[in-house]
Amino acid sequence: MIQLSANHLLYLAEAARWTVLLSLIAFVGGAIVGLPIALMRVSKMALLRGLASGYIQLIQGTPLLIVLFLAYFGLGILGYKLVPLVAAGISLTIYAAAFLGEIWRGCIEAVPKTQWEASDCLGLNPVQQYAYVILPQAVRIAIPPTVGFMVQIVKNTSLASVIGFVELARAGQIVNNSTFEPFAIFTAVGVIYFVLCYPLSVAARTLERRAHVGR
Amino acid sequence: MSYKFDFAFLADKWPDFVAGAWLTIQLTILSIAFGFLLGTVCAVARVYGGPLLRRLVGAYVETIRNTPLLIQIFIVYFGFSSLGLKLSAEVSAVIALTVNMGAYTTEIMRAGIQSILRTQLEAADCLGLTRFQAILHVVLLPAMERVYPSLASQGVLLMLASSITSQISTEELTATANLVQSDTYRSFEVYMIVAVVYLVLSALYRLGFWAIGLVLFERRRRLGTPL
Repeated sequence: MIQLSANHLLYLAEAARWTVLLSLIAFVGGAIVGLPIALMRVSKMALLRGLASGYIQLIQGTPLLIVLFLAYFGLGILGYKLVPLVAAGISLTIYAAAFLGEIWRGCIEAVPKTQWEASDCLGLNPVQQYAYVILPQAVRIAIPPTVGFMVQIVKNTSLASVIGFVELARAGQIVNNSTFEPFAIFTAVGVIYFVLCYPLSVAARTLERRAHVGR
Repeated sequence: MSYKFDFAFLADKWPDFVAGAWLTIQLTILSIAFGFLLGTVCAVARVYGGPLLRRLVGAYVETIRNTPLLIQIFIVYFGFSSLGLKLSAEVSAVIALTVNMGAYTTEIMRAGIQSILRTQLEAADCLGLTRFQAILHVVLLPAMERVYPSLASQGVLLMLASSITSQISTEELTATANLVQSDTYRSFEVYMIVAVVYLVLSALYRLGFWAIGLVLFERRRRLGTPL
């Protein structure tokens, strides 16, 4: 029987880099898609609001695992090669966009109404209102919950293992297949995830506390 | 795009989906109930317990909330069995989901308990309620009423997350989908159907939580206002 060795741990640590990369892809993609979703959600046009909230309800009502399978096999149907990284990146983006869109909607709505009225009085057009008055204030409110949500993203990248993308969780399974020490290996994997996530959790909490100081 | 959708397999396979969905419902209702009890006890310990107990509960909550459910499930199913504790896939799934739900419930209920003013407990003391009665009637129920929306969405999230238990071959909805698609090669159609079933399930769960809330929180029902 092969013993769990330093090499195995090194392999896990290297796979953790893919977890980090996938998390970054999901976060950046989720932010790029999520911001328009949030803006649509607070739009004056009922159609845009309806579309955005339909999207959010749809994604928040289905498991990420199923979204992942749909993206993976859907790419095949569209005639593209089944690259796990692409499928995982797309589905995590879709997932993150729905949650970030909803979080950020709350943050935009948390900016006092009077700020809209004041910027109206100054004759700013809607684009200027968002760019100079509303969004800068919304960003301050949005930072703590956004950092908190990044923990969810990091944890959920583990699902990419299911379609064969070798990130941390998959690497754990691979090592387990050769050493048969699941308890030690998955504990080690769990510890690595904890090391990635815990600082984010602490940061989210600290930022949250700091944001409330003024109130 | 020349792909032709074909849902013909449904004629044969629909009982499988129903069975899978039923197992998903059973697993998640058990885990939500146990997880809620575990989380409530932990939340009380976190707020009223001694320093050691508070720390232990804190460590439990942080460990679970900062590691993926997939890994937690693997540790319970593969890890424990390698240590000699052999559990079936279903039991492992319920344990992992319960422990997970418990950690999130602890945090949610803690917020609720801390929102109850200290004076309420003092008033309960004056009325001669025992500590246990005071915590149950004066603190826990109102606390739960305040955080009930968060508890309900956590329950729905847990139901969706139960799809991950397919990875240890619990034959719930997602595992059923995996089996059917390897049988029929209609992967996209299969997962579309299952996505719709999950959507329906999450709507049903929301409805269920709403109904339970109506029964549980008499005061809110009568006054039509939250606490």
